Amino acid sequence: MNKYSNKIRSILIDLGLSLLSIIVALIVGTLFIYLTDKSPIDAYSALYIGAFGSFRAIANTLWRSTPLILTGLAVALPFRAGLFNIGAEGQLLMGGFTAGVVGFYFTSLPTFIHLPFAIIAGMFVGGLWGGLPGLLKAKMDVHEVIATIMLNHIAIALTINYGINIFRDTGRPATPKIMESASMFNFKNIMDYPLLSNLPFAELFAQPAIRLHINFFLALIAAVILWYLLFKTTLGYEMRAVGFNPDGAEYGGINASKGIITAMFISGAVAGLAGVGEVLGTHLSFINGMDAGYGFTGIAVALIGQTHPIGVILGGLLFGALAQGGLEMQFSGIPSEIVMLIQALVIFFVAALQVFKVYLAKRKAKGGVE
Amino acid sequence: MKKVISLTIVFAFVMMVVFAAVPAAAQDTRVGIVLSTGGLGDLSFNDAAYRGLQRAEKELGISFDYIEPADPSEDQTALRRFASRGYDLVIGVGFQMADSLQTVAAEYPETKFAHVDQAFEDVPDNIVTLNFAEWEGSFLAGALAALTSESGNVGFVGGVDFSLIHRFEGGFYQGARYINPDIEFQTRYADDFGDPARGREIALGMIDDGADVIYHAAGGTGSGVFQAAEEEDIYAIGVDSNQNYVAPGYVIASMLKKVDNAVFDTVKSVVEDDYQGGNNLYFTLADGGVDLTSMTEVGQPVMDALDNGTITEAELEAIKEMKENVTSPHADRIAEIKEMIVNDEIDVENWGETGRPDNL
Repeated sequence: MNKYSNKIRSILIDLGLSLLSIIVALIVGTLFIYLTDKSPIDAYSALYIGAFGSFRAIANTLWRSTPLILTGLAVALPFRAGLFNIGAEGQLLMGGFTAGVVGFYFTSLPTFIHLPFAIIAGMFVGGLWGGLPGLLKAKMDVHEVIATIMLNHIAIALTINYGINIFRDTGRPATPKIMESASMFNFKNIMDYPLLSNLPFAELFAQPAIRLHINFFLALIAAVILWYLLFKTTLGYEMRAVGFNPDGAEYGGINASKGIITAMFISGAVAGLAGVGEVLGTHLSFINGMDAGYGFTGIAVALIGQTHPIGVILGGLLFGALAQGGLEMQFSGIPSEIVMLIQALVIFFVAALQVFKVYLAKRKAKGGVE
Repeated sequence: MKKVISLTIVFAFVMMVVFAAVPAAAQDTRVGIVLSTGGLGDLSFNDAAYRGLQRAEKELGISFDYIEPADPSEDQTALRRFASRGYDLVIGVGFQMADSLQTVAAEYPETKFAHVDQAFEDVPDNIVTLNFAEWEGSFLAGALAALTSESGNVGFVGGVDFSLIHRFEGGFYQGARYINPDIEFQTRYADDFGDPARGREIALGMIDDGADVIYHAAGGTGSGVFQAAEEEDIYAIGVDSNQNYVAPGYVIASMLKKVDNAVFDTVKSVVEDDYQGGNNLYFTLADGGVDLTSMTEVGQPVMDALDNGTITEAELEAIKEMKENVTSPHADRIAEIKEMIVNDEIDVENWGETGRPDNL
């Protein structure tokens, strides 16, 4: 019992410190807002209203968080196994592109086959794109950072530059629209489903401006599964052991290669799911620019979330809120450059806090020895 | 702890009520514009649209607001936001916004929309699309390139390989062939609108293979083309806006795509209650929607660049000298060709529709 209450206390302190660093970041941000002759209060209330000011805003914040949570997870899991996955961007593109092609290519499948097929195909290809550098690392000791960065470039060339041109049917740089049967459930259409429309609050969702789709819940489920995998299964224990000390793990009878390849495959599949959701839920086709750097933002999300799946969810929500609220700040007259600057400040301060905590922990450990 | 939570909730609620209650101020005509990713400062497309609105603000007394989306998922939110706030005209810039604009326009049938750069098959009554005959303007650029080229070898650098850019490429190719049927034509795509280093490499490669005039339709990538032209002492042709001052003396002309005029005209039509909803409008050489910068005169944007210190007095002289030696001798010929295109005596093919030949 005491163990648990201690744990809860430390989590609360963590959250409180993160909140504090966000507030510090916003205070520093006021300096830059003054440069533009706007009122910081207007700017920040716009940020708040844009992200949380209404039911619609909250739903859309969740929507913006979805790909960030998933790419954050895709970075966090290999991180626990001692691997730095820079390739979430490429894995996302490959997954999204595959889902987009499956989504429009098969014209007469029923939804209950087409949609899962598109999702699994996208996740599988994303997984391969992540598993390949894992394989190279395990078998030939190719550094995964280099392999994943290179695979990012190949993925961009294969999908955006080459793939779109093969399948495009209009002037728009995108694959054709996916079939209705492959599209993810969008909450704004909730009234079309008799079973769901009877739920309480269902009518709140029925606004055309709500973009939230089911992938947000898939992301949450993915986070829970990864948490279970990492902390409650033998495989997860082995991955963490490899991350802690690969030689030691090997000596202790753990197959390090297996851990590395599995971690990278799963991570690729999760990043692939981010792309799948953007294609099947948000844009309804694979379009140029849909990746929007989510794979790289995912690195920050994972680090802010302390590479813990539940922390990653919170990190993703923070970034999603900043993205959703940032647009509203532009409406209040703050130039987009300042909006980006404030987003970066928040990230900077939250990340700096993590470093500070590591420093504190080290000092405490030293003190313990004396 | 409970107290803190409940206080926070109350605070949040008060904020919601306070800010939701602020009414939108009633004004004359209000225009909202959502720019394409890349945003202001691209020296081309977005800047031109912005200029058009600035002019409308001055001359027609409208007010406008703009948004630079960070990525395509923000397009819909931004467009919807303007529409829901009762803006009279909502403009979306760039082909990637086509889908979002149609979606939002369907939700707000009372609001007027305009889309720059993409024609729709069925245009709803509350959308007008603004398109440009880039192939006609590029034809002039091609003719000028062939006239000034000494090596009989010209190059084209495209941004991304797709139909919109094929219009530029096709016009340029046909114009060059019109002057010199045996001309050697090099063409490459950078696969990026914002990579000057790559633009420079491509241009240097073309120069190595003998090109001495290079035209680009590649946005920011094009500034690398200008750099290469300056380094290797050959000529370049700019695109969209007047870019003649970017590498003074080396950019012999620019193909103008007057997005500013088109945007201004659309705003004017809304102010004067003459909005042409439901149409794909084309702005051509005949009505000045596309054009080539003057062979003899230095344009206003170049003078502006001098005024705000972008170029020096000496660089302006370099531009004037280049105009006199390089382009002035061809002024009559270009004017003649322009006349013939306007009078349909030359039929310029639009590669955006007919497709790009494979054997270039």
